[in-house]
Amino acid sequence: MRRFLLPLAIFLVLVGFLAVGLRLKPREVPSPFIGKPAPDFSLSQLHAPETLFSPADMKGQVWLLNVWASWCVSCRQEHPVLMDLAKHNVVPIIGLDYKDGREPAKGWLIEHGNPYRLSVWDHDGKTGINYGVYGVPETFVIDKAGIVRMKHIGPVTPGVLSEKIIPLVKELNGA
Amino acid sequence: MHKYLTAILLAAAFSLAQAGEAQSLAVDPVLEEKVQGLAEVLRCLVCQNQNLADSHADLAIDLKNQVREMLKQGKSEKEVIDYMVARYGDFVLYKPPLKGTTWLLWGGPFILFGGGLGALYLNIRRRRKEVALPLDDGERATAMHMLSGELEGSK
Repeated sequence: MRRFLLPLAIFLVLVGFLAVGLRLKPREVPSPFIGKPAPDFSLSQLHAPETLFSPADMKGQVWLLNVWASWCVSCRQEHPVLMDLAKHNVVPIIGLDYKDGREPAKGWLIEHGNPYRLSVWDHDGKTGINYGVYGVPETFVIDKAGIVRMKHIGPVTPGVLSEKIIPLVKELNGA
Repeated sequence: MHKYLTAILLAAAFSLAQAGEAQSLAVDPVLEEKVQGLAEVLRCLVCQNQNLADSHADLAIDLKNQVREMLKQGKSEKEVIDYMVARYGDFVLYKPPLKGTTWLLWGGPFILFGGGLGALYLNIRRRRKEVALPLDDGERATAMHMLSGELEGSK
C-alpha cells in the first residue's frame, strides 16, 4: 500500500497545478498602471473635433475610461452592459475610440447607443499604446486624483460590473 | 522601331521600380537593425508566443513603429525597453528580469534539478546498504544448474 503513496502524492500535486493553470487567464496581463497616474493625453473629441479633452478635466471625479472601436467585435458584446451602467448614472464613462475613423465611429454609436459622456478620437492609436492597450475593449477605473485603480481587459460582463467595478467605484467615491 | 522603344521603356521602368524598392529597404540600415534587435526581445501582446519581429498583428506593427520612432528621436535601447515595460509590464520581455515575482521562474528548474540529485543520492545510499540474503542449499543447487546451462533439467 505504501508504495502507491508517493505516485499518488505526485499525481495530486500535478492535478493541483493543472487546476490552477486552467483558471489562469494568460490573455489578462497584469497592468503595471494599477496605483499609478493615468497617462496624460490631449485628444480631439469624437463629436466636437475642435474641443480637446484630457484626463485632467476629470480631476475630482471617479470615472471609467473605456477603449472601444467600431471595428471591435467584442465591444458589441459589452455595449449593452455599458448602456445599462450609463442609464443608472453610477459613474461617468469616457470613451477612447481606438484606431477608428470618425464617421464609422459616430455611426456605430448611433446604431448601438452612446453610453459615453464623451468620446475622444485616438486615430493613430498612440494614446492606446500609452495606456498599454493590446486588446480592445479595455476599461480603466480612475480615481479622483487621476490614479488608475483597476483595469479590465476584454468585454465588461454584468458580473464584472456588479462584483468588481461598481463596488470599487462606490469605495473610491466614499473615500 | 516601336518594339525597341517599348523594350527600352519597359527596361527603364523595371530598373526604376527596383531602385525604388531597394531604397525603401535601406532607409537607415543601422536604425533598422536596432529596431529588429529590439523587436526580437519584445513580446507581441496579441499573439503571445511570438515576438514583435515575427508578428504581423496590427498592434505588433504599431509597437514596432513606436520603437523605430523612439530610436529616431535618439532614445537609447534601454529607454525604449523601459517605456514598453512601464506600459505592458515585465510580460512584454521575452527574458524577464530576476526579481521578487519571478524568482520561481528562474530558480524553479534548479530547484527541481537539486531535488532530483537529492533523490538519486538517497536512492543509491539505500541500495548500498541492502545486503544480498545468503542462499540456502536448494537455491544454491538451482543456481548451479542454471549457470551450467541445464535450465531444462532444473525444472
